[in-house]
Amino acid sequence: MGAQLRVYKRRIRSVTATKKITKAMEMIAASRVVKAQRKVAASTPYARELTRAVTAVGTGSNTKHPLTTQAETVTRSAVLLLTSDRGLAGAFNSNAIKKAEQLTERLEREGQEVVTYIVGRRGVAHYNFRERTVAESWTGFTDEPTYADAKKVAAPLIEAIEKETAEGGVDELHIVFTEFVSMMTQTALDDRLLPLSLEEVAKEAAPKGEILPLYDFEPSAEDVLDALLPRYVESRIYNALLQSAASKHAATRRAMKSATDNAGELIETLSRLANAARQAEITQEISEIVGGASALADATAGSDR
Amino acid sequence: MAAELHVALVAADREVWSGEATLVVARTTSGDIGVMPGHQPLLGVLESGPVTIRTSDGGTVVAAVHGGFISFADDKLSLLAEIAELSDEIDVQRVERELERAKAEGDAAAERRADVRLRAAATR
Repeated sequence: MGAQLRVYKRRIRSVTATKKITKAMEMIAASRVVKAQRKVAASTPYARELTRAVTAVGTGSNTKHPLTTQAETVTRSAVLLLTSDRGLAGAFNSNAIKKAEQLTERLEREGQEVVTYIVGRRGVAHYNFRERTVAESWTGFTDEPTYADAKKVAAPLIEAIEKETAEGGVDELHIVFTEFVSMMTQTALDDRLLPLSLEEVAKEAAPKGEILPLYDFEPSAEDVLDALLPRYVESRIYNALLQSAASKHAATRRAMKSATDNAGELIETLSRLANAARQAEITQEISEIVGGASALADATAGSDR
Repeated sequence: MAAELHVALVAADREVWSGEATLVVARTTSGDIGVMPGHQPLLGVLESGPVTIRTSDGGTVVAAVHGGFISFADDKLSLLAEIAELSDEIDVQRVERELERAKAEGDAAAERRADVRLRAAATR
């Protein structure tokens, strides 16, 4: 076997192995997307009921709460960025990070100080490499976030927003995550979690202009709101974590699918080249044999005379 | 047909139980409250404690609920809890171990959680 042919064969073997791996990763990601989507669906009843309850208190009473009142001048904002622990997901993480950076830039232009909180090793690595300060970060659960994880993330954020701005608290809380629109579309977006605008929540809860009943609050509207709002934030963060996880798996699936397709194409091109090399080798061998035989024939014909 | 209320017991990550019931007893921060069909709209904060649901076919469902809310309007009752477990989902032996550990470590919150679970499990 010729040297060139051997090189082609070796490359085909290695690309075939790569293709097998990416194919397997694609299938794993596909099954995980379905699981993650199911988790998103399972968390919606709680989120829906909670939103209804928040709206009910917000519209049924005139209570003022630090989590729903807009500060007159916003001096400090918290940005929570959700990324994944692992890469191999196309532009998933860089899109989320880019979105967070745009938001940070916008807030800083408005004269605010931005405090960054990060979920996911990719985001942490990005910020550490650029030596930017991160207030707090969490890693290790982005593939399958649980409600306990969401609580862990929400706790310092709620604490920061309840603190007075002069003592290092924040006035606003923004979240940047990747929304799972469909299997093919996931968009990075930013959203203001706090302070909560009750009008918007009300629109979300009852889009058809449904009138909420006049509730009797137990023990009192203030206490109910006090207990509700942190839970509401936790549930929003939980939902964002779940969507982010589903999006990450979908992005991985797509990236691995195109990697598999590319490997397939590469194998095809390489086999063509290998075939051509083999043909050339055979042609050369034949012409060498024919050449040799005719030279031999010429030589014997000459010696006969 | 007797009046019924539709109950949904929802935990943060799943719907634990839903169905028709005639009476729901839950513990709010200001004491136990019983809700029957036709009750006035209510929104309350729950303490961790057992929730008893008397279903319309005469059965009883007991669940251990750790913090959350009760909301009732239009004969629809939702119990929102971060963690909620039906009494027959509770593994008594495991909870007893947890209770011992919580007592040893002096973790009052964990001790209370285990206690609520045990009490819910004892009713089945």
